[in-house]
Amino acid sequence: MELHDVWFVLIAVLWTGYFFLEGFDFGVGVLTKLLARNRLEKRVLINTIGPVWDGNEVWLLTAGGATFAAFPDWYATLFSGFYLPLLVILVCLIVRGVAFEYRVKRPEENWQRNWETAIFWTSLVPAFLWGVAFGNIAHGVKIDRNFEYVGSIWDLLNPYALLGGLVTLTLFTFHGTVFTALKTVGEIRERARKLALKVGLVTAALAVLFLLWTQIDSGDGKSLVAMVVAVAALVAALMANQAGREGWSFALSGVTIVAAVAMLFLTLFPNVMPSSLNPDWSLTVTNASSSAYTLKIMTWLAVIATPVVMLYQGWTYWVFRKRIGTQHIAADIAH
Amino acid sequence: MDLALAPETLARWQFGITTVYHFLFVPITISLAALTAGLQTAWVRTEKEKYLKATKFWGKLFLINIAMGVVTGIVQEFQFGMNWSDYSRFVGDVFGAPLAFEALIAFFFESTFIGLWIFGWDKLPKKIHLACIWMVSIGTILSAYFILAANSWMQHPVGYRINGAKGRAELTDFWLVLTQNTALAQAFHTLSASFLTGGAFMVGIAAFHLFRKRHITVMKTSLRLGLVTVVIAGMLTAISGDTLGKVMFKQQPMKMAAAEALWDGQNSAPFSIFAYGDVSKGHNTVELSVPGLLSFLADDTFDSYVPGINDTNKAEQQKYGPGDYRPIIPVTFWAFRWMIGFGMASFAIGLAGLWLTRKKFMLPQHLRVGEDEVPHLVLFRNKALSPKLGRLYWLVAIWTLGFPLIANSWGWIFTEMGRQPWVVYGVLQTRHAVSPGVSQTEVLISMITFTTLYAILAVVEVKLLAKYIKAGPPELTEADLNPPTKIGGEARDADKPMAFSY
Repeated sequence: MELHDVWFVLIAVLWTGYFFLEGFDFGVGVLTKLLARNRLEKRVLINTIGPVWDGNEVWLLTAGGATFAAFPDWYATLFSGFYLPLLVILVCLIVRGVAFEYRVKRPEENWQRNWETAIFWTSLVPAFLWGVAFGNIAHGVKIDRNFEYVGSIWDLLNPYALLGGLVTLTLFTFHGTVFTALKTVGEIRERARKLALKVGLVTAALAVLFLLWTQIDSGDGKSLVAMVVAVAALVAALMANQAGREGWSFALSGVTIVAAVAMLFLTLFPNVMPSSLNPDWSLTVTNASSSAYTLKIMTWLAVIATPVVMLYQGWTYWVFRKRIGTQHIAADIAH
Repeated sequence: MDLALAPETLARWQFGITTVYHFLFVPITISLAALTAGLQTAWVRTEKEKYLKATKFWGKLFLINIAMGVVTGIVQEFQFGMNWSDYSRFVGDVFGAPLAFEALIAFFFESTFIGLWIFGWDKLPKKIHLACIWMVSIGTILSAYFILAANSWMQHPVGYRINGAKGRAELTDFWLVLTQNTALAQAFHTLSASFLTGGAFMVGIAAFHLFRKRHITVMKTSLRLGLVTVVIAGMLTAISGDTLGKVMFKQQPMKMAAAEALWDGQNSAPFSIFAYGDVSKGHNTVELSVPGLLSFLADDTFDSYVPGINDTNKAEQQKYGPGDYRPIIPVTFWAFRWMIGFGMASFAIGLAGLWLTRKKFMLPQHLRVGEDEVPHLVLFRNKALSPKLGRLYWLVAIWTLGFPLIANSWGWIFTEMGRQPWVVYGVLQTRHAVSPGVSQTEVLISMITFTTLYAILAVVEVKLLAKYIKAGPPELTEADLNPPTKIGGEARDADKPMAFSY
């Protein structure tokens, strides 16, 4: 295994970490309309991710930065090619971060309602668009001999990619629902478990369709294994949810995300962005990667820093391990 | 470069707008993290309530500010790929590494520990909670270092070779990229300017309250801390600016010639404090200049030779081939002056303030005041400023809050525009760096989107800051004074509302 292969795996790991962690953040954001019955419940939901969402989002920045360093051409083609969807994602992430932080800073109802609406939409839209983006990456897009994306925005909105978007949206919502069941106490927890069943079934239907399509499109033996794991984990997550095993349910929905991302990356390898115009124009781990020296330095960084990051991020979850209910939300809204 | 709609023009405007905007928040974040941490340390050590109140007050403003810094930073991570894909392809092997280091080492640090700090008041023992804000502070400084090392490589590329076959620059010495003198000087200058900014922010807001005779105890402490910070950081900013200037005279003579609009090289080159007329045609209507100062700034002697714009342009044409290697002279000329002018004005106001509000033991009996009284502004040994002059000082002190922000912005505009037409000095020109596959319409859409969004958020942010500034430090609660002794909070508090919730 050469270093650029190692980095292909590491980039996959970073995206997986991002979707696992911000996946439930996005899901919780969507639940503010889907699950919460009143504004107090919305606050319970938002506070389950309050201390951690920012750290979770850094997985995206790290995935971006690491792709820039390890695969400059992948970074360049992807972000200049998927320009407008990425713009929308960035706008959402900007508004979303401000919304979490500023919502409580004024007591006026209008102010708070507006930010709540913002949290819902800016969680829903990126959850959908990341699926569209990765659907397109896996499927291949119009890339010319100079590694430039030459398609239009409409090419990106093809049925396969849109289905991918629905899968990430529902899967993240499911992930957020079981997370909510795990992190809350009281009535909202019960309702989260009931909702998880519904969302989970929809997710399963869409995911099976999308993953099968992917498998037929560009799969092999390994991706088939990943697909089976993803689907089995999703079913098991649903069963655990029905049995009231919230920890298991959350862990298993996490496994679904890990396996689904793994499957997409397995179908890609050794490409990183296949060209639909000519296979010779595809970006691969070899032609898109950085020099051996840079990859070596980056590997040292990743080997040392990633475990440390996971350790202290994990510690944060332990510090805030208590479930949250309506009784934990202070009545005086302005801080 | 002259064409208004050259492919790179919009992309450059967008980069300029998003980056200058982002950098309004960065220096305040860097300095307020450390200053808040310092205040919280004082609280933990002395248990004086004024320090806890100050921590809560400045911490709140810090959080309002860092939220904007964080979200505008996301754009920075991705816009190289979006608008500057050829740049990314060409430099990614070198430039990407410090960015990845920044994300993996600094961003995780900052954002994880900021969450712990915001929500940890009733979940963490006092000292661990304090450690969290220090972690945030370390994170902000590390982050600054890595990104400045990356920028320094654009100013003065080192530790790389050109791979002709792949058509890109490749890293050969990462340590050199991190430790070259440009990076050290830039980090020193930017970090000291950041503390000047945060110090002035503190001075301005404390002066506002003291002027209105509100929250005197907390604000006197804050004023003092702010003033000391402004004076020390102001001095360091000047020293590091001088160092960086000397480095730039060697590495980018064009930038420094343009800073002075010095058209032809000369010995004992003067430095004009103010120039009137069209500097782009040679500034012959100079009002006020200090002879020999530019030579001194260049290499510590008043009579040395400083190359001019024309000589440097010719030298670069010989080196890099035909072309125009001049930046936009009036911009560099004025940006350089506004940077120094506003930065040093803030320093001077701080210095004056430190003297006027000096400690009790330096004052005669009748001018000393108690802990909860607004200090007299004492200019000479025995005499306080007249009410009119005193009022004027407080107003100026309030206004100084904005000066370093202006200076910082012009500092970046100067150093980035002064490097033009290069994006990586001597290696890659800006016009070869843009994304060939991105249409002008797309860039226009994103520029309008970001600009509009940023403008709206600016209004929201400033209003929110104003609200919390006016409100002053919060009253302390029982919970504030009795932090938990166990990680995760005390068991008896299991059903209590959280000390802070979104």
